Amino acid sequence: MYIYDEFDRTLVAERVAEFRDQVGRRISGELTEDEFKPLRLMNGVYLQLHAYMLRIAIPYGTLSSRQLRMLAHVGRRYDRNYGHFTTRQNIQFNWIKLEDLPDAMADLASAGLHGMQTSGNCVRNITTDQWSGVAPDEIEDARIWAELLRQHTTLHPEFSFLPRKFKIAVTAAAQDRAAVKVHDIGLRLHRNGAGETGFEVLVGGGLGRTPFIAKSIRPFLPKRDVLSYVEAILRVYNQFARRDNLYKSRIKILVHDLGAEAFAREVEAEWQHIKDGPLALDPAVVAEIAARFRYPEYARLDDDPPELTQLRKADRRFDAWLCNAVTNHKVPGYAIVTLSLKPEGGAPGDATSDQMDAIADLADRYSFGEIRVGHDQNLAFPHVAQRDLPELWRALDAVGVATPNVGLVSDIIACPGLDYCSLANARAIPVAQELTRRFRDLDLARDLGRLHINISGCINACGHHHVGHIGILGVEKNGEEFYQITLAGRADERAELGTLLGPAVPYAKVADVVEEVVAAYVELRERPNETFIETVKRIGVEPFKERVYATH
Amino acid sequence: MTSPLEQKLKVTGPVVITANRLGDGAVVYRTRDGNWSTRLDDAAVVSTAPAARELLAGAVADGLSAVGAYVAPVQIGPDGRPEPGNLRERIRCTGPTVRCGAPAVAPAITIGL
Repeated sequence: MYIYDEFDRTLVAERVAEFRDQVGRRISGELTEDEFKPLRLMNGVYLQLHAYMLRIAIPYGTLSSRQLRMLAHVGRRYDRNYGHFTTRQNIQFNWIKLEDLPDAMADLASAGLHGMQTSGNCVRNITTDQWSGVAPDEIEDARIWAELLRQHTTLHPEFSFLPRKFKIAVTAAAQDRAAVKVHDIGLRLHRNGAGETGFEVLVGGGLGRTPFIAKSIRPFLPKRDVLSYVEAILRVYNQFARRDNLYKSRIKILVHDLGAEAFAREVEAEWQHIKDGPLALDPAVVAEIAARFRYPEYARLDDDPPELTQLRKADRRFDAWLCNAVTNHKVPGYAIVTLSLKPEGGAPGDATSDQMDAIADLADRYSFGEIRVGHDQNLAFPHVAQRDLPELWRALDAVGVATPNVGLVSDIIACPGLDYCSLANARAIPVAQELTRRFRDLDLARDLGRLHINISGCINACGHHHVGHIGILGVEKNGEEFYQITLAGRADERAELGTLLGPAVPYAKVADVVEEVVAAYVELRERPNETFIETVKRIGVEPFKERVYATH
Repeated sequence: MTSPLEQKLKVTGPVVITANRLGDGAVVYRTRDGNWSTRLDDAAVVSTAPAARELLAGAVADGLSAVGAYVAPVQIGPDGRPEPGNLRERIRCTGPTVRCGAPAVAPAITIGL
């Protein structure tokens, strides 16, 4: 866990007092809605279809059990007993009242939580690999760098009124679990030929109306330079990006229009002015931040304890969950456990207050009080002793978060869609729910292997549909919901945008079409372990298109 | 930002004025007597652009009770009552089409395998 200092606590408390005053002035009529809207947005408060929505940042997806209990409390006291974990490692409450917001924020602040920079044209919540600090394939804990960037960009006056929102993600592992190539800036920590660690800097990735995969503008940036280089990128963006056209104001458009090389030259020129200034990182400062991430005192344990092996043999259900939801840890005898927030018929990413409380209790008992939130809208326990897995499995199952579908076809990413969101054109949650019913057979799901379905209810792409293995985008045509299907997108280290299958299909046909695509894959794959992505890459979308549109 | 009053108003059928209540964001409709109601049944229904503009002007002027007033289409049902004119308005009127706030299923151990 990262331990916030007095500076952080004061900052958050002051913001709550400020917002309380602003809400009071809005309710009294002293502030008009036009005056109040930018103020509420700076605190993550949106007005959605039916109610206000409060978005709370979970920096780099790390939560303490105390913080999760606080989220449960906010859901119970001020909302309707549940929250929605998003693809940016945030949580949203959908039914909060304006007059309750200051109290809710004060409660959140008491646990070090807030909604600052979860909205508006600023640097948003900085995301990382949800397994940072414990993943065996990482070279170091990416959260240290995310935290440095968080501190530097929080309330940074130069970056509080950017042309548009700005999203940064950091990964330090071989496998990219943070989708860095679809971010405004993606930072990939790696080792160069000389064995030094530094960042590959990627810019101009993003989804939405005009999706792009990020371009690499610097293969290796020494760690000391990360703040100054990011600052240089933001300055170039601030100076050159389009402020006259909302749809062309993201950095991805600037990088595309200028070309990555020209953009990189501008950044390098700007960087020369600041690289050896105060932003050059003193190793002592980095060490101080790193020291504030506390790791548990792990016991000396062996991998694969006998109780685990026995239960795997005895109970096929346990074995299925273990293969699916449990991942290797960098410390022997420990494991990372993913908690599926994708039960059959559920809304992806939703958790009730009771579930959050129960998960917090289990985290205390089995994960040193720590929980992680992933961009895949699942939770994880990062420090579980393998010998505890049988007990934990039963306990998680009783809470409803042990569906053994992590990374499989029913582990669907979906935005809130038209059921909640004022920007949406079509529903996303009921589509996801229907698909989880169609693919409820876990034997089939396991046979299909890794297959990610991502659903967005509008072109803004909060459900990351462009990078779903099967992407589903809701659009509106003459007052009816239609859905465009794309195939073979991916968000990992080999990120690609999906290819459109064909004309959009109506709401009632979406699940049929997805089933048809999956059935075609099963028939067309070369071998049982050829993944969906590999099959589509090998044969293209045409055979899928022929099958789907011949049938429907 | 363009004021709703300056936006081109195309009225081709019955419409109402709707907004979100300031205090809790609840969906509200402008009534004939210049108040707001959470019931679509209570909404003033008009069918011409001038009438809609006049109704909207009154709604926008009341910036303290409700936020983001706009013109929304309705259909008149067989019983003469207004019904939401499109899916978005139907969802605003009746709430999410999905059940929220409760775990969807029994624990997974009991299913699937």
